[in-house]
Amino acid sequence: MSSKPTKRKATPRAEVKTAGQARTTGAKAKAPKSKAGASAKIEKAAPRGMIGVADLDDIAVGGAILGTGGGGDPYIGKLMAQQAIRKYGEVRMIDVAEVKDDDLVVPCAMMGAPTVMVEKIPQGEEILTAFRKLERFLGKKIGAILCAEAGGLNSTIPFVIGAMTGIPVIDGDGMGRAYPELQMVTFTLHGVSATPMVVVDDKGNCILLECIDNKWTERLARAATIEMGGSVLISLYPMSGAIAKKSAVRGTLTLARRLGEILRESRTTHADAVAAIQSKLGAATIFHGRVTDIARRTETGFARGDAKFAGVDEYRGHNYRIEFQNEFLIAERDGHPIVTTPDLITLLDADTGVPITTETLRFGLRVVAIAIPCAPQWRTRAGLALVGPHYFGYKVDYHPFKASR
Amino acid sequence: MIRIGIDVGGTNTDAVVMEGQRVIASFKATTSPDVTTGVREALTGALKQSGVAAGSVAVVALGTTHFTNAVVQRRDLAPTAAVRLGLPATQALPPMVDWPPDLRDAIGNHAYFAHGGHEFDGRAITPLDPAELRKIAKDIVKKKIRTIAISSVFSPVNPEVERQAGEIFAAAAPGAHITLSSDIGRIGLLERENAAIMNACLRDLSRAVMGAFREALESTGVSGRFFLTQNDGTLMDARFAERFPVLTFASGPTNSMRGAAFLSGVQDGIVIDVGGTTTDVGSLHKGFPRQATVAVEIGGVRTNFRMPDVFSIGLGGGSLVVEEKPGGAVTVGPRSVGYRLTTDALIFGGKTLTTSDIIVAAGRADFGDRSKVAHLSPALIAKTRARIMEMAQNAVERSRLSPEPLPVVVVGGGSILLDAKIGDLDVMKPNHFACANAVGAAIAQVSGEVDRIYMLSKMKREDALADAKQKATDAAVAAGARADSVAIVDVEDVPLAYIPGNATRVRVKAVGELAL
Repeated sequence: MSSKPTKRKATPRAEVKTAGQARTTGAKAKAPKSKAGASAKIEKAAPRGMIGVADLDDIAVGGAILGTGGGGDPYIGKLMAQQAIRKYGEVRMIDVAEVKDDDLVVPCAMMGAPTVMVEKIPQGEEILTAFRKLERFLGKKIGAILCAEAGGLNSTIPFVIGAMTGIPVIDGDGMGRAYPELQMVTFTLHGVSATPMVVVDDKGNCILLECIDNKWTERLARAATIEMGGSVLISLYPMSGAIAKKSAVRGTLTLARRLGEILRESRTTHADAVAAIQSKLGAATIFHGRVTDIARRTETGFARGDAKFAGVDEYRGHNYRIEFQNEFLIAERDGHPIVTTPDLITLLDADTGVPITTETLRFGLRVVAIAIPCAPQWRTRAGLALVGPHYFGYKVDYHPFKASR
Repeated sequence: MIRIGIDVGGTNTDAVVMEGQRVIASFKATTSPDVTTGVREALTGALKQSGVAAGSVAVVALGTTHFTNAVVQRRDLAPTAAVRLGLPATQALPPMVDWPPDLRDAIGNHAYFAHGGHEFDGRAITPLDPAELRKIAKDIVKKKIRTIAISSVFSPVNPEVERQAGEIFAAAAPGAHITLSSDIGRIGLLERENAAIMNACLRDLSRAVMGAFREALESTGVSGRFFLTQNDGTLMDARFAERFPVLTFASGPTNSMRGAAFLSGVQDGIVIDVGGTTTDVGSLHKGFPRQATVAVEIGGVRTNFRMPDVFSIGLGGGSLVVEEKPGGAVTVGPRSVGYRLTTDALIFGGKTLTTSDIIVAAGRADFGDRSKVAHLSPALIAKTRARIMEMAQNAVERSRLSPEPLPVVVVGGGSILLDAKIGDLDVMKPNHFACANAVGAAIAQVSGEVDRIYMLSKMKREDALADAKQKATDAAVAAGARADSVAIVDVEDVPLAYIPGNATRVRVKAVGELAL
């Protein structure tokens, strides 16, 4: 794949600039003028294969559904991608099969606490810096961008850098959902090293990591993230096109966009959003219920806890419990586990179909819990060792959830 | 002690007079374009009915939708400068980036970045640069902008740089109104900044409107302390409210639910507020409205105010009743004759069949001219009433949180529509139900809130919670609460996802009785 921009009407793609140098002093900041930067509603739909401003609205919502309660609110990432698309032009999204075997493919993501990112918004050029640094180190131009995590806010990040550079974004990711640690990607299962990895903060600080394994990378990068203010942007797992074809979970960004679309359309037609989402995902209902209790714990610093639900309608009389650690990981009915990680457990608002995160869970909320089969790669022995219930400290064995309830 | 509650809505201005815990009079007037006339009329009417002398009124509490409507309708908004401290961070998204373009243009789209701000753990991002701020102030003065909103990254954790920047701007741009985001909002830079900017652009209007309110009070001889209700249903002093008009946003639904709880004595239940055009349904938990969980947009701008979780349906006393074909199905609403009820409805000699006509024809209420609806068929009346109850029941089921039989409290001017059980739930209509929102204002308490991040690696969780509770209590007392009456009503303690090190976000709200 060439990284040459396709035909563009907008500003030339960004040049190499170190984050922190650009427009920093007493800068006058203008939000887009109404003519050019109008709301998504009146912005034209992007041509086929191209991702435009309106598509990001859908991808963000769908990303939150795939976030299984975690992954962070995509709102900030969505706005960043939309700003970049308005400034530089639309992003080409390609199937991984279109990538050449010897192309350099690089995933990117935000790392840290989404709660920090909603307060300390990025400087804007962090990923660009990370990409340029990685290209210099590897002596090779990046041919395609890969999404590290399709669940939550990281579903939107590839489009920020895609718009800035004109490099196409592959329709796929390394999880098919959201997970808390950076070794928890399908790339790890294919022996790809997370390093060389670049971590960049808002001030322009830039760390290049080379580690002995992906767990060490997680450990050192996490420590750096906190020191750098709790929210950074990263590029990691540089790999060949050939490996990307084998390791990526395919089609997940298109899926996210479609889920967002379904939710948007069902809102205008008053269709049953939850049912439409389920049929698209091949998902099954775990239960309809109301939150009766939420307990949050901070044992190891990660946001853990569990929520209890009383079944309603045809689920009345059953009690449900969902364990979470950043994401929803285990669903139980009357004390027995029925769905576990790596299968996806997602909670939707019963009326609107809007996904509910672990942070927005509140007493009394009426929800529909759905289960979605995970990417097949996670159901292998190695996959389960990386993200199965045991890894998260549960004594439960994984039983593949079947779509027929 | 005499308290007066006033609710200035889009259509009606209601006033109630309360003595202690008792409502002794209530009066409904029409909202006037100049605000003053309507308030004076409602106040005079209620005082006259109560027999209470204007001079003995100790407290006036007023709820208003005026400022919300100004933003929604984009009128009377002042050109505003938005200054954000946090460089080099946050440049990816400038202030007002997510606003509807017409509103952004209505206040001039003047946004500035400067150095400053904090990390989540309290470290500075970059130091404040006074020279840089003075340069921005010069530009603001040159553009003749007279109101400035200042936001800083993590100012809920450390508001100091916003304060310093505020002092610099006050000196460099004399006479300008200055709004600090840390005085208004919670964590969430864009949402807090949005609220600060909206507040800033309302400052000129708030001076005028608060003047109109004061004028109405003075002209009726009322001299008691004057408060406004804010979005969580608690009070703020009028002088404070004049500086923070944005805090009045969406106080209406909260007032009416609090009023319903007070009038009925129900602490846990469902409240149905039936107006002329819409019906709001929400649920009460320990006497307070249950809060919405999603971000609330006002005039198309995302904010992080906590609003009551209210579900609205197009059913009211002025809703149109349409029979699809003779003897066929009946639709009720969402169209409504609204404030034209007294001219357009059949019972008032008009030509439009409304829900009020049906209820009068059924003999369930007596106003207007009943002979004008004598021709309506019993079948149509029965079908319409069934449809109204069905709509109410669906809305109630949505707000119902458990299969337990909860009481349903019906308030608002259109309450005549509902007079039977709703599903299996008993309905009560307390006295003075038509003015529940004004009652909610009259009984409102005073609150203080804290929303910040604590590092539990540096202190124990209990100490962090105790600190937050103390700060919230102090804030409530500073806002006018009697110290011995302050209670903590809400504690939320959510660890930050994805970063170990035990950073936790603590949100505490304290509420107390007004100190007099």
